[in-house]
Amino acid sequence: MAACRVVRLTRTKLGRLIMGLSLSKRELLLVCLVSFVGLVLLPCLNAFVPPDSFFHVSNFSITLCGKYLCYAVLALGVNILWGYTGLLSLGQCLFFSLGGYALGMYLMLKIGNLGQYKADIPDFMVFLEFPKRFPETGGLPPHWIPFKNFWFATIAVLVVPALSALVFGFLAFRSRIKGVYFSILSQALTYAAMLLFFRNDFTFGGNNGLTDFKFILGYDVNSNTTKRTLYIASGVLLLGVYLLCRWLTQTKFGLIQRAIRDSENRVLFSGYATVHFKLFVFVLSSMICALGGALFVPQVGIINPSEMAPDKSLEAVVWCAVGGRASLVGPIIGAISVNALKSYATRAFAEQWLYILGGMFVFVVLFMPKGIVGLPAQFAEWRGKQQRHKASVSAPTPPADEKVNDTAIISSK
Amino acid sequence: MNRPFLLSLEDVNKTFDGFKAISNLNLYLEEGELRVIIGPNGAGKSTMLDIITGRTRPDKGKVEYGPDTDLTRLNEYEINRLGIGRKFQTPSVYVNHTVEENVWLSLEGKRGVFASLFARKTPAQRTRIEEVLSIVGLLPHAKRVAGTMAHGQKQWLEIGMLLAQNPRLLLVDEPAAGMTDEETAKTGELLMSLEGKHTIVVIEHDMAFVRQIARKVTVLHQGTVLCEGSVDQVQSDERVVEVYLGRKKKGDH
Repeated sequence: MAACRVVRLTRTKLGRLIMGLSLSKRELLLVCLVSFVGLVLLPCLNAFVPPDSFFHVSNFSITLCGKYLCYAVLALGVNILWGYTGLLSLGQCLFFSLGGYALGMYLMLKIGNLGQYKADIPDFMVFLEFPKRFPETGGLPPHWIPFKNFWFATIAVLVVPALSALVFGFLAFRSRIKGVYFSILSQALTYAAMLLFFRNDFTFGGNNGLTDFKFILGYDVNSNTTKRTLYIASGVLLLGVYLLCRWLTQTKFGLIQRAIRDSENRVLFSGYATVHFKLFVFVLSSMICALGGALFVPQVGIINPSEMAPDKSLEAVVWCAVGGRASLVGPIIGAISVNALKSYATRAFAEQWLYILGGMFVFVVLFMPKGIVGLPAQFAEWRGKQQRHKASVSAPTPPADEKVNDTAIISSK
Repeated sequence: MNRPFLLSLEDVNKTFDGFKAISNLNLYLEEGELRVIIGPNGAGKSTMLDIITGRTRPDKGKVEYGPDTDLTRLNEYEINRLGIGRKFQTPSVYVNHTVEENVWLSLEGKRGVFASLFARKTPAQRTRIEEVLSIVGLLPHAKRVAGTMAHGQKQWLEIGMLLAQNPRLLLVDEPAAGMTDEETAKTGELLMSLEGKHTIVVIEHDMAFVRQIARKVTVLHQGTVLCEGSVDQVQSDERVVEVYLGRKKKGDH
């Protein structure tokens, strides 16, 4: 009886949640199917199918896919800004990296004394003579100390990028910086941050960044089980962020967000403080990007300032454009497909990769304004035009007796 | 004489890069009035609206709303929340939203970020949306995406969006621009039906339209009030004729 009631309760709760998201049945089915394949099937094929089998998914592939999923999270973060609010930020990788650094600091401290120098502090601190600089803590800069705690690091993953976004966003939006000026400024911000992190005395490892991780929550970070778990965590994160964005788009907030994109003045002169709305989206986006970065770092095993380079953020914009920025699925498809292509192309023809990427972007902007997800609609429109054209060509062909009339008119002339 | 004005502009000045857009402008509006403002291009009509709605701050002068609200200290959305709605010259509607959603976002009520996250359309709001849409004659189009509508319909929708805010003061910038004669006449009727319920300021070029709706006309010229009165008074005023004819002569060349 009780079990029955629990089941019914969860069913109605689940039902209400789905209603809240206003997912169509088809969409729900698709989300469930993709989640099943990604979160259950692939890890099982990796864990339980023998390596010589055709169906085996290699550890390399799992880690690679985990990386793509983190990029997809980043793409969603870029897209709620660009596609849904009209704010093209060219610096979202800054937040991705900040999230990565925050977790990376925890991972660095968990190496313990297993580093090259067998010291209690991370290698780069020994190398850069931090014990002289911070003698009272044995070489560890004071702001590193709380990062020994995983939960503190996790909170920092969210709070540090959110605060940076809050300050930058507040200054930019309050000064009414819009359009390309906002894009340029965001790019300058990530560039400046990169230069700052390159400095050795900034205490984050300089241009080598943070690397050589050994343990996460007591588990060996390089073991297959951990890698698989991190992959699943990335998948769960992506699903969660997708559902969050999906929910957001159908609230009144989502309507206002898109109204700002389409006609910001109308929103402002309708009594909405557009600055607050933009700031909210910007901070939310920075947190999403940061979560992606935090899961990215243990999987690739390194974070350094080059992740903040402006071209990284530009790439994320290309993923959104290729996938289709007017949707939520588009950026995910874009991030995964462009990165899969990149993995292949940088091995097959490494020299030409940037030309391929650039060419693809130009092609998409010119010929596929709605990206990959917009293709079916674009094709349908094209078909419709073709048919109408055919109809207009065949319709004026007059019946035989009218033709006689025509010639009569001509001859009478 | 100490009549309570809804809006008063006193001795307002605004200069853009040395160009005097508004100079010593004085304008008083009574509650419930329908006022038409005309004037040649560059007379400062839109700048005046910018100053009232907080988009531009005057260099000098007082802009007072009601008995004691100084509008020059407030920004756009604060001024809007006091009950001042503005329609732009080119129709500004949310082109990717339905007509209904356009009105819903404009309805008076909470405007905060967090309130909007959990806001739902209440039955009272539904009724109000229908009411507004029937006033502007767009009820049959409620579910249509605003971007697919004709120019005139977008203009009416924007007026509807203003009404949804239930403003005390409506500022309407060239509502008839780009409309057919029939649409223009309909817009005129619409504005006249609102007279008394709201205080309305209409900026317009189209003299036939002005004739249709105007009780009292204010003529602006070079950023200041040239004259004020009924349509006939204004049209027979020598200075007005000079300003307009002078402009016509230039146009002929």
